[in-house]
Amino acid sequence: MSNAMIGRRNSGDDSGRYPDPAGSSSAFDRRLFLDSILSIGFVSTAAAIAYPISRYLVPPATGEPATASAVAGAASALKPNSGVLFKFGSRPAIVVKTIDGEIRAFSAVCTHLDCTVQFKTDTSQLWCACHNGTYDLGGNVVSGPPPRSLERFVVNLRGEPGQEEIVVSRG
Amino acid sequence: MMKRTLDWVDERVDLSGLREFIAHKRVPIHTQEIWYYLGGMTLFLFGVQVVTGILLLLYYRPSATEAYESVQFIVSQVEFGWLIRNMHSWSANLLVGLAFAHFISVFLLKSYRKPRELTWLSGILLLFLMLGFGFSGYLLPWNELSFFATKVGTGIAGSVPLIGKFLLRLLRGGDDVTGATLSRFYAVHVAMLPALATVLVVVHLLLVQRQGMSVPLKLERRVKEGQPLKEMKFFPNYVLRDVLAWYVVLAVLAALAAFYPWELGHKADPFAPVPAGIRPEWYFLAMFHTLKLLPSHILGIEGEHVGVIAFGLLGAFLVMVPFLDRRASRGERSPIFTAIAILGLAYLIVFTIIGRYAN
Repeated sequence: MSNAMIGRRNSGDDSGRYPDPAGSSSAFDRRLFLDSILSIGFVSTAAAIAYPISRYLVPPATGEPATASAVAGAASALKPNSGVLFKFGSRPAIVVKTIDGEIRAFSAVCTHLDCTVQFKTDTSQLWCACHNGTYDLGGNVVSGPPPRSLERFVVNLRGEPGQEEIVVSRG
Repeated sequence: MMKRTLDWVDERVDLSGLREFIAHKRVPIHTQEIWYYLGGMTLFLFGVQVVTGILLLLYYRPSATEAYESVQFIVSQVEFGWLIRNMHSWSANLLVGLAFAHFISVFLLKSYRKPRELTWLSGILLLFLMLGFGFSGYLLPWNELSFFATKVGTGIAGSVPLIGKFLLRLLRGGDDVTGATLSRFYAVHVAMLPALATVLVVVHLLLVQRQGMSVPLKLERRVKEGQPLKEMKFFPNYVLRDVLAWYVVLAVLAALAAFYPWELGHKADPFAPVPAGIRPEWYFLAMFHTLKLLPSHILGIEGEHVGVIAFGLLGAFLVMVPFLDRRASRGERSPIFTAIAILGLAYLIVFTIIGRYAN
């Protein structure tokens, strides 16, 4: 842009309209000065437009409070050596009953790439089908790519004996 | 740096033709030259609509259960979301206003005359498209006013003789205005109309560039008689003036968006009564009020039908103007068309004002 505008002076087109009293050297300075002002103006405009847009593109924090606890169903419905997925807030979690009858709950989000894990009855492990990651029933990595163990939740039983529901909460 | 980049491109794709064209393009200087800027200003706002519209798509959800909430989320939670949405709404209104001013000025200057009939044609179709954009976009926030305005608007389409019922179902995606209507209007607003408008804008601009600017009839005659036409260089002289006009538009738009937030209103409730004082966007007011004034029957035909037919004929007339105004095409004065333009403008202004304040 600025080259073209300096170049215009030599075209001689507007010499009548824009008097050049001080001679060519200072006219060049003046042109340079005006060009700079103009460029600064354009750049400022671009920045004033780009800034709000760049801020807008970043999604706001969802504002969703971190879920503290959730009900994972009736304790009696869960058979030994099985696991069931349930919703813990907006993310999946899994509640399992060991062969000994102990109930445990974990986040079902694999620590590798966020797939959802499932209970493997034959090995009594938590297994992620995406990249074959396995966790034991303590949530610890047994094999495969997961870098960390699964987040473990606190399990409480609530209600009349025999009809308790499983209440899962963050530790 | 800039020069080296250009040279690099030039070496691969010969730009000499384009460079020659820009270097030699001239814009006439005369007393009516101010009207030349309106088209560019409208184009600028079209660009604003494209950019802000795409940005709104990032958070907007087109469903009856989520649309209102998502717009609320944009204006209250997303950083600068209020700015983007206000800009989009205000820019839409300014765009219709400027496009209309552009249209009237071209009409009065008779710039549609031979050889620019196609430019007029593409322009008038663009104007209709802009009204379509306004009508379809109005519903998207799914608030009370837009919900009922869409009921009335699509109802008017329903009173087109013979095909009315079909048209109404086509527009609404069913018998009533529902979430299905919202999906349709969304598709029309963000995909169909933009595709059509882009093609038409390109055609319109290519024609303007190819044929150069039209000069008023009187001046054209004097030039034919040998008087030299005063001109300025398109680049950079005219371009810089154009940019200045865009800055004015941007300043007005930014001020409106910042100080006069566009209301979101209440969420649409199909089972709530129509809120009092419901009326369409200002650019449909004249039409809205005309239909209100028509008696229920005219010569045994339903008043609504007569009104809709009349507006259809008016639209057809506007499209045909360059072909009807033979005098202007021969380079003669055509006072009849000037009178038509002025009468039409007066009707629009008066009916818009009455429509705004009448109950």
